[in-house]
Amino acid sequence: MSDHDHEHEHDHDRDHSHLCDVQLRVRALETILTEKGYIDPAVLDQIVEHFETKVGPHVGARVVAHAWTDTKFKAALLEDATRAINESGLFDQIGDHLVVVENRPGEHNMVVCTLCSCYPWDVLGLPPVWYKSAPYRSRVVMDPRGVLAEFGVTLPEETKIRVWDSTAETRFLVLPQRPAGTEGWPEERLAELVTRDSMIGTRLAEQPGARP
Amino acid sequence: MPTAPMDRIDERQLAALGALNAIPANERAPTFNEPWEAQAFAITLALHRRGVFTWDEWASTLGRAIRDAQASGDPDTGSTYYRHWLAAIERIVRDKGLTDEPTLARYREAWDRAAERTPHGEPIVLTPSDLA
Repeated sequence: MSDHDHEHEHDHDRDHSHLCDVQLRVRALETILTEKGYIDPAVLDQIVEHFETKVGPHVGARVVAHAWTDTKFKAALLEDATRAINESGLFDQIGDHLVVVENRPGEHNMVVCTLCSCYPWDVLGLPPVWYKSAPYRSRVVMDPRGVLAEFGVTLPEETKIRVWDSTAETRFLVLPQRPAGTEGWPEERLAELVTRDSMIGTRLAEQPGARP
Repeated sequence: MPTAPMDRIDERQLAALGALNAIPANERAPTFNEPWEAQAFAITLALHRRGVFTWDEWASTLGRAIRDAQASGDPDTGSTYYRHWLAAIERIVRDKGLTDEPTLARYREAWDRAAERTPHGEPIVLTPSDLA
């Protein structure tokens, strides 16, 4: 498995295939676990396809836009997000333990996973690189305003910032404040203002007209 | 101490983030940078679905893998994340007794042999002779 097997002449090396260390490790795992019946390669393909094509921040954005326009749904969402989403019949079913925290005037929420990178996959897809980085994980807890500033967000001094530390069993989604000037907008158009970062809490929802 | 790496992230990644945010929410950075990352991710979900471990167990194993990597000098800026993820799967399948290190090593070597005898551009397939 180590690189010593590949100390060939350069020309010769081009003639055959090569798997790097991580590829060998993943293939070894997949083969062993498949042979032992723990996993099924077809299921792995389905999982990958699901995450590459179906889930992503557009799902969360639709949830947020619906909450902005339907006060009953919003109340249910804040009460039990997983149940509200699954019972609405408007979205694909999501896993347990999603908690939605609401930004309000004077209160801003941010989400982190200090331990590793727990993240609400079902509604946001997979996390961005910075979410998984040690600097974000440590700094957002100690200095949320500093982190916000780096994302170009400055909140009034009196605004209280709450940082929610995700766990494997509890994953948080921020419900950003609905931007002013969007009265009467249809949900589809509202959803376009809801960025991934606004649902992590490192940014605000976009202002109407801010987009080119 | 965390200041320096964060500054580096700023320039490289936060700039890119600005660009990401400017595009519609359903268009985004590739979910996985390389196919092996996707496979590693899917293996974890499949094992969890089968009840091999709980998410709590997974999170603490992944957390440990990340701390170990940090301790041996990994900058942990997020770009090496799936390497930690992979180390965590190997650890949890060993801990749960699904397989052991000698078996893992044997299959890694087998895949290496399979790659060696496969002409470039053709799919690499494992045969029993690779395991011999």
